[in-house]
Amino acid sequence: MRDLWKKYRRNRAAVFGLFVIVLFILFALLAPFLAPSDPLSTGKDSFHKPDSSYLMGTDDLGRDIFSGVLWGARTSIMVGLLAALTATVIGVIIGALSGYYGGVTDDILMRITEFFLVIPRFFLVLVIVALFGSSIWNVIIVIGILSWPVTARLVRVEYLSIKEKEFVEGARAIGASDFRIILSHILPNATPPIIVSGSLQIARAILLEAGLSFLGLGDPNQISWGVMLYNAQRFLRYAWWTATFPGIAIFLVVMGFNLIGDGLNDALNPKQKGKELQ
Amino acid sequence: MRKETGSLTKYILKRFLQAIPLIFGIIVVNFCLIHLAPGDPIISLVGEFQVSVEYIEDVKRQYGLDEPLPAQLLIYILNILKGDFGYSFSFKQPVISVILDRVPATLLLMVVTTIFSSLFGVIFGVLSSEKQYSKTDNFITFISLIGYSLPVFWLGQILLIVFGLKLPLFPTQGMQSLRESLTGIAYWLDLFHHLVLPGFALGLSYLAVNTRFTRASMIEVMGQDYIRTARAKGLSERRVIYKHALRNALLPFVTLTGLNFGFLLAGAVLTETVFAWPGLGRLMYDSIYTRDYPLLMGMFVFISAMVIIANLITDIFYSILDPRIRIG
Repeated sequence: MRDLWKKYRRNRAAVFGLFVIVLFILFALLAPFLAPSDPLSTGKDSFHKPDSSYLMGTDDLGRDIFSGVLWGARTSIMVGLLAALTATVIGVIIGALSGYYGGVTDDILMRITEFFLVIPRFFLVLVIVALFGSSIWNVIIVIGILSWPVTARLVRVEYLSIKEKEFVEGARAIGASDFRIILSHILPNATPPIIVSGSLQIARAILLEAGLSFLGLGDPNQISWGVMLYNAQRFLRYAWWTATFPGIAIFLVVMGFNLIGDGLNDALNPKQKGKELQ
Repeated sequence: MRKETGSLTKYILKRFLQAIPLIFGIIVVNFCLIHLAPGDPIISLVGEFQVSVEYIEDVKRQYGLDEPLPAQLLIYILNILKGDFGYSFSFKQPVISVILDRVPATLLLMVVTTIFSSLFGVIFGVLSSEKQYSKTDNFITFISLIGYSLPVFWLGQILLIVFGLKLPLFPTQGMQSLRESLTGIAYWLDLFHHLVLPGFALGLSYLAVNTRFTRASMIEVMGQDYIRTARAKGLSERRVIYKHALRNALLPFVTLTGLNFGFLLAGAVLTETVFAWPGLGRLMYDSIYTRDYPLLMGMFVFISAMVIIANLITDIFYSILDPRIRIG
């Protein structure tokens, strides 16, 4: 672990990314204390320019944008983490079964995986959320269950190569069950690429949620940066600040997770340096 | 030579046959969504509109909603294969004709963006890989990382505010000037003028992806034996890079462009919404807003088919460039 940090620290951009994410996690946790006002409470001061009284200005209904940006961190980070976690768990299960058992299991699972890779994910998520309702939980679940194929393919390749190693043969020789080999012998050795792709999944899930909200499929009961940009679209002409700050927040968080992904990639498998891990 | 074209035809045929179940799969997914969605399937087939009882009866008959499910699925598939994607109540037109009206605008935006982002992506990627970890490389890597993380629609909004409103250099809405009806060169110049901001907003993130990809691919190729051989022959570094390395590094690029098609389309939808570009994106936004579900679902099937066909075309193109692939 200390060794990992030592290697990770060498990549300055990755350290910056980690810093940005820690900062936004703090915003998310401390939003109730840091926010000057309730981000949903409307006021008389509509379209107030950013100044000392409203750090990032107010929107058409007089809501404080700075408070919205702080509270929005909760939604974005929650969606990102939970959707990526769901996708990673499903991807690991499918990839592990496929790579370990091979043969017909592999054929069937990989056909399904390829099918889900070909379907344009953004549009399928969009249609499902439009039909089933745009609550934040729906959004998380739908993004999660449609994002696993990339992880599954990656995990499969790891299992294919690790299952041929001697220590797996050894484990099998002393009578370890398949379940045990898959879970406690191979999985720990396959974690580095899973972690890297997990952090990139977080970034993509956050972008996807923002995109959906921007098209009008945001959860009306949540404060989300995407919803703020959706509202801002009508007022670009009058109030540049309504679009500017929530967008910067999305950009920073997405960049942060991408940088962490890159940094982990360099630190965990130096051979692959510079290689795209999609 | 004859054997060569024979294997190509065979390959193309094989890929075609593989694409057919995918398209069926997508139609089945759509069918399942209609029946799984909360409420009566009729809502997904009509949209949330105040319509007459006769209209609902009509739709029920058309989709055979009184029949058992397998029969309904068959009817649904046959309808779509006939090009019948249902009826859009908000446009008072069949879904397919609403969609086809909008396809050219979206394709134009995507094609221009692809050309722009591929061309500059390759240039920057090669520059970056030539001197790994130099100042140029670090700068390009840094900029592409930013481009890679920007939400396209927000970049669009910012470009619109800065270059459309504060400095009114470019039009902010639509595809052509409405005040005058232009013809000939003036028409195209006007169109291009409208294309600059949305094209740039959409293109920047793909420029970044392409740059990263070219860089990685070049670095990998430059380490290969045949490059060492080319160098050993005493060829100039330029010649080694452009004649030997770039050609091979660009092969996977063809596949990347195909794979990116779906993502690019998603980006186009978001960008169009910002700039009121009259393509599929704007249509999607409107159909969500008016809850015109048949239109939305029709677009999903149509777009998925477009993505599958785009992948098919890139695969075929790739197999022409690199005959080795046909054997596998």
